[in-house]
Amino acid sequence: MYTEEVMEHFKNPRNMGEMENPDVTARVGNPSCGDMMNIYMKVGEKDGEKYIEDIKFKTFGCASAIATSSVTTELAMGKTLKEAEQIEEEEVAEALGGLPKIKMHCSNLSANGLHEAIYKYKKKEGMEISDDLEKKHEIAQKTLEKTEEMREEHGLDEE
Amino acid sequence: MKRLDVDVIYADNNATTPVDPRVKEAMLPYLEGKFGNPNSLHTKGREAREAVEEAREKVAGLLNCRQEEIIFTGSATESNNHVVKGTVFARKDDGKHIITSKVEHKCVLEACKWLEEQGFEVTYLDVDEEGYVSPEELKEELREDTILVSIMMANNEIGTIQPIKELTQTVHEESNAYFHTDMAQCPGKLEVDVLKLGVDMATVNAHKMYGPKGVGALYKKKDLKIDPLLHGGGQENGERSSTENVPHIVGFGKACELAKENWKEEKKELTEMHGRFIEEVQEKIENVKLNGPREARLPGNTNLSFIGVEGEALVLRLDERGIEVATGSACSSEELKASHVLEAIGRGPELAHSSLRVSFGRFNTMEDVDRVVEVLEEEIEDLRSITALDTKGKIGD
Repeated sequence: MYTEEVMEHFKNPRNMGEMENPDVTARVGNPSCGDMMNIYMKVGEKDGEKYIEDIKFKTFGCASAIATSSVTTELAMGKTLKEAEQIEEEEVAEALGGLPKIKMHCSNLSANGLHEAIYKYKKKEGMEISDDLEKKHEIAQKTLEKTEEMREEHGLDEE
Repeated sequence: MKRLDVDVIYADNNATTPVDPRVKEAMLPYLEGKFGNPNSLHTKGREAREAVEEAREKVAGLLNCRQEEIIFTGSATESNNHVVKGTVFARKDDGKHIITSKVEHKCVLEACKWLEEQGFEVTYLDVDEEGYVSPEELKEELREDTILVSIMMANNEIGTIQPIKELTQTVHEESNAYFHTDMAQCPGKLEVDVLKLGVDMATVNAHKMYGPKGVGALYKKKDLKIDPLLHGGGQENGERSSTENVPHIVGFGKACELAKENWKEEKKELTEMHGRFIEEVQEKIENVKLNGPREARLPGNTNLSFIGVEGEALVLRLDERGIEVATGSACSSEELKASHVLEAIGRGPELAHSSLRVSFGRFNTMEDVDRVVEVLEEEIEDLRSITALDTKGKIGD
């Protein structure tokens, strides 16, 4: 069902857990199954360009949700924000040698999480935001709301 | 008895069980020299026929019915389909209403759904938080045109044991409906006496009771008429055409013989195992919710939700550590749908998402129970350290 790469990242996830004093945090969710991801990011600057100095995830979800979070941190680490914005779910899946078809979207939230963190950082710093990133942010917000509604309905949400 | 595989703790016995070595021994001659077709006249045929009838006697012995009341089938799914479809075809002049429950096995639910498409009416009874069907509610739903009531004896996911005797009485006193029970999970763990239960039909299969896959049986009370599902050479008294699956039927017979001999003792042992498991988990791990009844559940069955931990991830982590168990999480199913049973007892997708079914069987030991708890504790801690959810949740219990 899962590739060796998925299982490897799932067993030994990289960069998982909380981060002390992140520059930005973001949260994305999936309303169909309740998967949730928190993203923590530190942004640095080199040669006048902002880049991802550190990135961490906390993920509630199945094996492929954990593996995609993990591999996304590897793909994004050290990249400029501009480069990281281009990381899409297909690239994440490829880096894991592919995902089962039915899991392609539902457990592949981490690229959205990465985009959302970049959006929030840019917003906070008053940086220019592309239409594409703006659109991604709107979708992410809507799906997060839906996920939280679903969780609340079942009396399970956090404070 | 000791574990069969020293490297792995198999604790998914509600999904399937290992074949008992004594069952395998009994089957082997019929996979080798004794390959005859029981419908042939010659010696090989007659020796196969004798083996099938001997097995039938053993199944009947376990269920406390007559030999001619046992029909061999290919699976519990087939037996259940046979009951549901066979009854409505045979009784279409008597009515078109069926009653079942929301926690039945998919094979009953899907067969009923299909019949609804053909114009039959089906009532799916609700269950309470522990998974019980209410006899009063059943009574209220019975109609003049109700022809079949099918309620499982023990639930495969959450271990609820239905008050079958009481439900059967209600149905027989208040209606003309047949009463069927799917007791696939029960042989070897509970008393499966069809006379005492008063049921008209009952489903069992071999692979949940240390027999081989691909063979089941249907108990059908003498003179009760239902249509066959399979037409052909007229085997099984015309009730189920197909050349008999001799080696597997022989294995099934042996499994029934062993179940009859050992069920009381095994019931006690398995009850101790699931009791200890639930107790230890609740003592050592925080924020756990038990699914299904606390008391009197299917011996060996446990089902718990670990807040903030996704079930598929947990199953795969345990698998890595040599422990094989199951989950009702949507993420582990083909259609990405959460367990309908957990939904029926009011667990939202969230709790279903975090559910783990550990089911012990004949080849587990108390050491296995302790080992599973130990590994579970470690893996839960690890997965909770990376979860995006508040692991405390807001669950009252």
